[in-house]
Amino acid sequence: MQLSRRHFTFALAACAAMPAWAQPNPADWDAVLKEAKGQTVYWNAWGGSDIVNGFLAWAGTRVSEEYGVTLNHVKLSDTAEAVSRVLAEKSAGKTEGGAIDLIWINGENFASMKEQGLLFGPWAEALPNWSLVDPVANTALTADFTVPTDGMEAPWGMAKLVFFHDSAQVENPPKSMVELGEWAAANPGRFTYPQPPDFHGSTFLKQALIELTAFPTLLDQPIADDETYTKVTEPLWTFLDALTPNLWRKGQAYPQNGSRLIQLMADSEIDIGFNFNPNEASNAISNALLPDTVRSYVHDSGTIGNASFVAIPFNANAQAGAMVLANFLMSPEAQARMHDPAVWGLGTVLALEKLPDAERAAFESIELGVATLTPEELGATLPEPHPSWMVRLEQDWTSRFGTAQ
Amino acid sequence: MAQTRLNWLAPAVTIAVLTGPILAGIAGTVLPAFGYLPALGRAEFQAQAFSDLFQWPGFGAAVWLSLFTGVFATVLSLGCVVLIFAGWHGTRPFQIIERGLSPILAVPHAAAAFGLAFLIAPSGWVARAIAPIAGWDRPPDVLILQDPWGFSLVAGLVVKEVPFLLLMTLAALGQAQPAQSRQIARALGYGRISGWMKTVFPRVYPQIRLPIYAVLAFSMSVVDVAMILGPTTPPPLSVQVLKWMNDPDLTLRFRAAAAALVQLALVVGALTAWWTAERVVTWFGLRWIEKGGRGRCETELRAMAMVAVILTAATTVLGLAGLAVWSFAGLWRFPEVMPDVLTLRSWLRHGPVLWQPLVDTLVIAASAVAIGLGLTVWCQEAEQRHGLVPSNRALWLIYLPLILPQIAFLTGLQTLAVLSGIDGGRGAVIAVHIVFVLPYIMLSLSDPYRAWDKRYGTIACALGAGQNRVMWRVRLPMLLRPVLTAAAVGFAVSVGQYLPTQLIGAGRVQTITTEAVSLASGGDRRIVGIYALIQTMAAFLPFAAALIIPAVVYRNRKELRHG
Amino acid sequence: MDSTGLQIENLRISHGDRLLVSLTNQVAPGEILTVMGPSGSGKSTLLAAIIGTLDRSFKMTGQIILNGTDVTTLAPEKRKIGILFQDDLLFPHLSVGSNLAFGLPSAVRNRAKRQAAVSNALRDVGMEGFEDRDPSTLSGGQRARVALMRMLLSEPCALLLDEPFSKLDTELRGQIRDLVFQHARQSGLPVLMVTHDPEDAQAAGGTIIRLA
Repeated sequence: MQLSRRHFTFALAACAAMPAWAQPNPADWDAVLKEAKGQTVYWNAWGGSDIVNGFLAWAGTRVSEEYGVTLNHVKLSDTAEAVSRVLAEKSAGKTEGGAIDLIWINGENFASMKEQGLLFGPWAEALPNWSLVDPVANTALTADFTVPTDGMEAPWGMAKLVFFHDSAQVENPPKSMVELGEWAAANPGRFTYPQPPDFHGSTFLKQALIELTAFPTLLDQPIADDETYTKVTEPLWTFLDALTPNLWRKGQAYPQNGSRLIQLMADSEIDIGFNFNPNEASNAISNALLPDTVRSYVHDSGTIGNASFVAIPFNANAQAGAMVLANFLMSPEAQARMHDPAVWGLGTVLALEKLPDAERAAFESIELGVATLTPEELGATLPEPHPSWMVRLEQDWTSRFGTAQ
Repeated sequence: MAQTRLNWLAPAVTIAVLTGPILAGIAGTVLPAFGYLPALGRAEFQAQAFSDLFQWPGFGAAVWLSLFTGVFATVLSLGCVVLIFAGWHGTRPFQIIERGLSPILAVPHAAAAFGLAFLIAPSGWVARAIAPIAGWDRPPDVLILQDPWGFSLVAGLVVKEVPFLLLMTLAALGQAQPAQSRQIARALGYGRISGWMKTVFPRVYPQIRLPIYAVLAFSMSVVDVAMILGPTTPPPLSVQVLKWMNDPDLTLRFRAAAAALVQLALVVGALTAWWTAERVVTWFGLRWIEKGGRGRCETELRAMAMVAVILTAATTVLGLAGLAVWSFAGLWRFPEVMPDVLTLRSWLRHGPVLWQPLVDTLVIAASAVAIGLGLTVWCQEAEQRHGLVPSNRALWLIYLPLILPQIAFLTGLQTLAVLSGIDGGRGAVIAVHIVFVLPYIMLSLSDPYRAWDKRYGTIACALGAGQNRVMWRVRLPMLLRPVLTAAAVGFAVSVGQYLPTQLIGAGRVQTITTEAVSLASGGDRRIVGIYALIQTMAAFLPFAAALIIPAVVYRNRKELRHG
Repeated sequence: MDSTGLQIENLRISHGDRLLVSLTNQVAPGEILTVMGPSGSGKSTLLAAIIGTLDRSFKMTGQIILNGTDVTTLAPEKRKIGILFQDDLLFPHLSVGSNLAFGLPSAVRNRAKRQAAVSNALRDVGMEGFEDRDPSTLSGGQRARVALMRMLLSEPCALLLDEPFSKLDTELRGQIRDLVFQHARQSGLPVLMVTHDPEDAQAAGGTIIRLA
């Protein structure tokens, strides 16, 4: 907390030094609202799920009604496209009026943009709805893959790795990586994971690393040296070497992303899949993508979880509008809707005990889907490793398995 | 006199519109490839990016894939087209094939690839059809899609390139008097195929050379089809370039730029090799012609050609039909051949969201086509009125956007667009669409324009009509059908553009195609089906209009009713 | 010297080093000058020069004077010289009536007057009521007559004929030839005819020039 407050003070000083018209100040919220009115916010967000797209469209309607902010959802197939674009704008010297106002971001992309100075801020911890979260209890809100957010991005959803299986095909799914390896050996060709560096694929690698390594505490820090890296990751590579011949297509092809796993299960090509949205399987059932015999489960030792954030590029055109939208996304109204499995089902970032009774009751009355686990069933949430691990894992995976012609 | 100067300007402006963005884009790629990108804090020239690239473990395989899939797809497509012409041109079945394949040309590459993917996947329609016989309750775990050799990618390319080359050859044949040659050759005792190969093909080939080069270059560097059907471990080089370009690790952009240049070099190298092979084949071909063989296995070859061409057409049609069924499907699991229930749910849910991208698609395509058509007519008028006939070199310039790999200059162009402050708008997207639309309009309109009987113009002038009146009242109305066809071709090209729209539009300009590809990443075939169908319709309707409008407008003009 | 009619003064046309045409002549109103010669002898080049559509690759000196006005550098549409080819070249996208109206000078503004002029022209050649017909439904003789009337309606001051009757069958040829010559004489037009048919030359009854 202290750290972020210090950064915030620093940011205020930085803001003061800049021309007033260029940088809206979130501490003066009324001024932000006034400036935001009539602005169009280009929100660059992954557009591969129509459930998510539907929620974003709803948020657009609401901020337009409430604050006169027009939302335009720029659908990306990869968040890094937005990073590239901001970089291109910076390299062209375009320091204002940029094409992107808000990015759905976390992890590696955030670390990269923060390091390259491509972000506006800090601003997130000065948003009015920041008072409804509890960053002490939920450290994922201020440490994005262990990288301090420093108020440069605002959280708006909690994700957690959840596996799913068709109970009509597999009665007792494997509840750990070791068991998964054994299961795959007994059922060759019936499991796969998206190809890293896809987000879901990399998450699978990290989950396996956390479960298999003998040195889990080293993952919280940047990789110290090659020796450490080799020592920590060796069990992972042994595991993957054994698993790969038993994968779908014997590991000669991989699905492109997480959603593909659902289509593959719908086509009966695989029996076990996973997703970062705990509600994904229920959504797929209600959309007639999967049969209603599909159920979710997690590994006994817990699964990786993290927060989804929104960040504003340094040269965003509608910074005030972007902040208004970010604040709305953190509002009890938006969070409750997002959390509703009938809509999306992502976990909330709010601390329920900080909410007024009526709004808390709204959360508690939400009905879970048939394949959605209760908070108790979801079990322990494992923190993300430092991004440096993910980068090295992706590189190594690519040389070992991604170019193995 | 002022008007003469204006006409001299036409080819100059056209060439500037075509080559300006390309040259700028290549500059924007070359600089980072050699380590110059001040925004990332590097401003000294070095070859680090290239040594990184060469050390990347997948480099050899990615390069091989680009070469192999590109060359193999081109050879197969050309082989099919040549054999079908040699074996069947001038027959009734050929006419049917010609009619059947022409509309397939309008099907966007991505839509055709999605359709093919659903057909041939181990859990696809073909497998579902044989599942009851084979006794499969689960799809066989065999590697068909995304095979590391690139065969399914080659198949996806061939089904689209065969109709393209077929129509190009048909256009070129007009001047070669194939019917006479065929009769003479057969009278001399030559078989159908050997007669055609020895008398007509040598004259037709030079005219379809540039289209073939375009097919080769496109097949080697295609991105969207390769993302849908191609291997991923590693992918072909062009897809890998895009991956690095989009990697959150920004320093990979140097490697991406270097790889884009290697891609460019590969294409240039392959074209040179092809050109050399042409010489060799010509030498041996002449020997073959002089030897006087009358042809062997002609019946078998004819049958093979017919089967191959019918297969390519059937694949696209069945694939699209499969996607159409998906768009109405409820739960549809393997091995069911048809879904449990057919429902309008997917259309109802996505229909309203489709409007905005559809409108943008149409506005962009219509503008690009209008400008492209304007420039083409301007150039053609300059030729008609002042005899400004383009040289062979100018023809190469027109083909430049079709032969250079898009990936090699579009990313560089993106930086330039930002720099000039015109990025992110429809205007910029339209400008870059013109680069790809104009060559096709130019190629499809210039022949009919040149074939137009100039004496009509002389008569009209003698009747007191000025040059502009001749153009508006006589030339263009008489050329209505070719003008509309050229517009339809341009329209289809614009609708199909993914990379230029996505990169130059800053993601703010959303067309059916960019939406389709980003939604396809989600993998829900129902949505893919809807977008692929809408995309196909958007490309297809202008062709229908190009047929219907002249038929209606000239319903009482026998000579113009049928092109 | 009489300044009416078509005057060709020291006209020399060459292509590269080759001299194709060298001609000085005067065609009086109502008179027909016939130019004969084998193909490639420069007959078409001569017509293109007079009408103003000579390709820029040819070199031309001399003057073409029409009714006392030098038209050598005028655009084709300003010269008031009509032409008929061996094909009738009726615009296929226009009806018979519109083809004729295309020839009518725009100075005739009144709609009723324009329609009347078109109907009169059709009546002149015995094709009353053919206004709305599609040209491609006409017989060869009818098409030739429409082409003639279209040209005459544009009120030319001279007439060029480029093998105008060679595609008609023998029976029609005489009829149409008489019709054309008769109208040309009635309107007092100087006519320059290019042909390789001695019968045409004989029927014209004027001077005959042979190009080598």
